[in-house]
Amino acid sequence: MFDWIKRKKPAAEAPAAPPTPETPVAVEPVAQPEQLAPEPLAPEQPAPVAVEAPPAPVVPKSALVLDAAPVAPVEEAPQGGWLSRLRRGLSKSTSRLTDGIGGIFTKRKLDDETLEELEELLIQADLGPAMAARVTGDLAKSRFGKEISPDEVKRFLADEIAKVLVPVAQPLVLDGNHKPHVVLVVGVNGTGKTTTIGKYARELRAAGKTVWLAAGDTFRAAAVSQLQIWGERTGAPVIAKETGADAAGLAYEALEKARAAGADVLLIDTAGRLQNKQGLMDELRKIVRVIKKVDPTAPHTTLLTLDATTGQNAHSQVEVFKEMVSVNGLILTKLDGSARGGVLVSLAQKFGLPVHAIGVGEGIDDLRPFDAQSFAASLVGLDEGR
Amino acid sequence: MFDGLTGRLGDIFDRLRRRGALTEEDVGAALREVRVALLEADVALPVVKSFINGVKEKAVGQEVLRSITPGQMVIKIVHDHLVEMLGEQNEGINLNAEAPVPVLMLGLQGSGKTTSTAKIACLLKTREKKKVLMASLDTRRPAAQEQLRVLGEQVDVATLPIVPGEDPVTIAQRAMRVGRLEGYDVVMLDTAGRLAIDEELMDEVVRIRDVTKPVESLLVVDAMTGQDAVTVATNFNDKVGVTGIVMTRIDGDARGGAALSMRQITGRPIKLLGTGEKIDALEAFHPDRIAGRILGMGDVLSLVEKAAETIDREEAEKLAAKMEKGNFDLDDMLSQLRQIRKMGGMGGMLSMLPGVGKIKDQLSKANIDERMLKRQEAIITSMTQKERRDIKLLNASRRRRIALGSGTTVADVNRLLKQYQDMADMMRKFKKLGKKGLMRQGLSALMPKGR
Repeated sequence: MFDWIKRKKPAAEAPAAPPTPETPVAVEPVAQPEQLAPEPLAPEQPAPVAVEAPPAPVVPKSALVLDAAPVAPVEEAPQGGWLSRLRRGLSKSTSRLTDGIGGIFTKRKLDDETLEELEELLIQADLGPAMAARVTGDLAKSRFGKEISPDEVKRFLADEIAKVLVPVAQPLVLDGNHKPHVVLVVGVNGTGKTTTIGKYARELRAAGKTVWLAAGDTFRAAAVSQLQIWGERTGAPVIAKETGADAAGLAYEALEKARAAGADVLLIDTAGRLQNKQGLMDELRKIVRVIKKVDPTAPHTTLLTLDATTGQNAHSQVEVFKEMVSVNGLILTKLDGSARGGVLVSLAQKFGLPVHAIGVGEGIDDLRPFDAQSFAASLVGLDEGR
Repeated sequence: MFDGLTGRLGDIFDRLRRRGALTEEDVGAALREVRVALLEADVALPVVKSFINGVKEKAVGQEVLRSITPGQMVIKIVHDHLVEMLGEQNEGINLNAEAPVPVLMLGLQGSGKTTSTAKIACLLKTREKKKVLMASLDTRRPAAQEQLRVLGEQVDVATLPIVPGEDPVTIAQRAMRVGRLEGYDVVMLDTAGRLAIDEELMDEVVRIRDVTKPVESLLVVDAMTGQDAVTVATNFNDKVGVTGIVMTRIDGDARGGAALSMRQITGRPIKLLGTGEKIDALEAFHPDRIAGRILGMGDVLSLVEKAAETIDREEAEKLAAKMEKGNFDLDDMLSQLRQIRKMGGMGGMLSMLPGVGKIKDQLSKANIDERMLKRQEAIITSMTQKERRDIKLLNASRRRRIALGSGTTVADVNRLLKQYQDMADMMRKFKKLGKKGLMRQGLSALMPKGR
């Protein structure tokens, strides 16, 4: 569970290693389970979605599971555990696609018509027309005119997609040299910045870090109170000012205080802004500028939250935020819904920004590491376990 | 990355124009591009398909084959069909029921329900003179109820007092009771964001619906929504019943294909558009504008309308009369400059014009800022009336004086005069085009040319 915030230890560097995509089992990022296992709220684990995995979700046969802790019993979260919730959500969202693929191929020849239908199914997962065409094109190149079963198709597509995603599936590495490590969270309105910060703070706290929060959304009504509540829940001090205060000034003050207090991490919330609002983007740049006055190396991580419901506009969001404030990590939120966030595939290809985590619910423990293989599998409806 | 449809179709139609006639394959080729354009605009696939079929029926046939410019014909058919599918304009909020009229706000997390609630309440209060009560039923997100309360204070609309620990259904009942007892006209019920597939929460909202019997159940949808629009629309409509749609963040740069998906799948009208973070940023829906936007054809109509709002009619007519005679002077240029500033400056205007993506890029590269307009205004106002009417008077020493008076340099003054000259020339050329042509060209001629 905490694997995406792994400390910067040589051993922990492994997960980033890009494996050969044809063999999904090659991802061997065995994290230090001993470090995390005892933590009571920790150890659920991502669905083991390796291609061959049997339905039983608790058998971490898959090497994709980052924390190889023996975790089955700890899963009873109030609402039945995130895994079951995720499964519930994803099964809903994938069933259409799964049925679709199953419907297309009950063992038949791969012809133009089939390919077109396949392409459409990928489009419906928000992969975008270009990416969908590319992936199905690859399939056509190797299998055209051959008999092929639905399972083979899914596997092929999942592998193709995973190829693109594996390099970006990287846990967020905190640099112990920075006290505090400053994480700036930016994004469009309603993408889940504050909620993500709350959940992230929880993970960091559970991993024994001291965390400070800065309520930098001084625009939206009650955004400050929202973060303060998360602060109480997670035991993280919150630096806040009244609504309407200068966000840059607040960030400055928060960094000074967090630094004086010797905090490990400072999470700075910002107001949601549409990327085409120049004035608001300038304001964001000002926050960065001002932070740098305290610590020239900060912010060490600038996270962009993307809503999985978002379609192709995500491209514009990443492009502009990256250019404006050097975003160097993504978090995909609201993946527990019926949206599948397929736009991430073309984003990965175009920008190559690491995807650190996914949000799968509103609960405090609903932040998961991003796993390329299982994400790809869920996009094409290939998880028997669900 | 996402070229507008006009750009995409450009090549195909250039070819067509040369050949003269339009074959069925050509329509097919064009429609493939239309399909991609719609998908890139996030229109849901099933909706795209039925749309393409509809257009094909209309397009393949004599109408197009005989037309002189087949390309434009297809674009027009596509555009008109889109407008048709987007539905009626501006239906407004239905308040035809016994007071207090319950209005239920629905949607996913982060779609903008609470902000929209406050905006609509404010609109009903100011425009319809209704007494509105807002109640937040969002007991899940931290401080959500607080958010609505603060917004209520900002717009001076009453909110239901918060009782901690109360469940949403009870809050809804209490809201209706208070609404009746205290004589409110409208009760706005802002629900928590929920996933369309979250059965538990969908059941909750059904219970809320059953105890309040809302006259309007408005589904709030983010304009950036992708293919998931299908699921959202289907589930909310099937389970709760939707009477109208509110599209938010239409001020972003998303192409807003979700509008078409929502409209088609629910069959319900799009009633309002959220156009900004300010509380009055709520506009009526105009299908033709959204159509242009989805197709990437620019928001020409919005521009024209905005221009109409800001430009003083009389002044415009005076200007047009002058132009017809060909004596466009610096005073006229000044009034145009001022109108441009009123319309939200270059950036705002450019974003509404079709096909200006490139120009916009160049502009941003050239680093031209809005202050330039202000400087130009200053230069003109530093001239005497006589000078403004006849620029031949402007010799070197007068130019120096003007530069000094306006805090600019002689080079700036010269540049402005050159620009004026260009404009005046242009005006003469467009004399025959009538008012409309004049206006559009007049504005673009104002754009600085390579510095």
